[in-house]
Amino acid sequence: MRATTPKTPLHQGIRDAAPFILVVSPFALVFGVIATEAGLSIAETLLFSIAVIAGAAQFTTLQLLTENAPAVIALLSGLAVNLRMAMYSASLTPHLGAAPLWQRALVAYLTVDQSYACSVAAFERNPGWSLRERTTYFFATCIPVIPMWYLMTLLGALIGESIPESAALDFAVPITFLAIIAPMMRTPAHLAAALVASLSALALTWVPFNLGLIIAASLGMITGAQAELMLTKRGLFQ
Amino acid sequence: MIERPELWYVIAGLAAGSFLLRFTFLGLVGDRPLPEWLLRHLRYTAVAVLPALIAPMIIWPAATGGSFDLPRGLAALVTLAAGLWLRNILISITAGAATLYLALYILG
Repeated sequence: MRATTPKTPLHQGIRDAAPFILVVSPFALVFGVIATEAGLSIAETLLFSIAVIAGAAQFTTLQLLTENAPAVIALLSGLAVNLRMAMYSASLTPHLGAAPLWQRALVAYLTVDQSYACSVAAFERNPGWSLRERTTYFFATCIPVIPMWYLMTLLGALIGESIPESAALDFAVPITFLAIIAPMMRTPAHLAAALVASLSALALTWVPFNLGLIIAASLGMITGAQAELMLTKRGLFQ
Repeated sequence: MIERPELWYVIAGLAAGSFLLRFTFLGLVGDRPLPEWLLRHLRYTAVAVLPALIAPMIIWPAATGGSFDLPRGLAALVTLAAGLWLRNILISITAGAATLYLALYILG
């Protein structure tokens, strides 16, 4: 028996991202179901997932369209949810910025929570990796996750109409989001941002065109940033 | 009912906009650093937008015509508590769904 050879970036990437199948699949499945319940055709639902690959933004936009919000508001709110992708992009740049343009474009399309989180962690663990090894690893993390996103959306869309109303699927969105948000409450600043944003949203439902959401989210972001400044000044922020 | 072609415009806009958000820095800005005040606000986008979106859905669910619903309220509370405590997405969703169905069954 030989000692185990070091795993290639390709194998590592697939292995590191594999557990996320468990997170991504139910989320995509629920999106498929909810979208068809909202009246989207199977093709529209699948196209939505392929074009956007961002669960939270897709749910947000779909929810607002279902509530008859103006298209511009639905679009802006979805993009606001995806603002974090700009942060991911910024933080990947030092590692992948030297890749050819077509590869950077493909990386951009495939930047999701899972591929980003795995890659940044792996790049920090392996500072000696060449650019080629880094891009290989990034694309490898997408192999288990992204096709599953498409497939499970399609499956959800196909079974959507056979699910009875008593299944109370209307509540799948808030429950899924709550489960995603709760572990993000890493600091008092995050908690303050979430509290101010949700209370403001409740207080601002009277604002026309669903603009209350955008105002509430902005208030939450300002609260988080200010709380972080205050905590940092007192040496309490890690 | 969601109107067409508005739906298609929104999907196209969201796809293009999301791609640009993902591409801007990697493709155009390069590795120049972003101003700290901007990063500080960006750090809180997800934890602000998502709670603001779901808070009204939890307190005034559309399925009950917008009046508070105890089973749904309980399910939200359990999901949040499980998430804060265990920090595991799948367990929290399962706990929330179990609470919802149990409460709907018991409370009708």
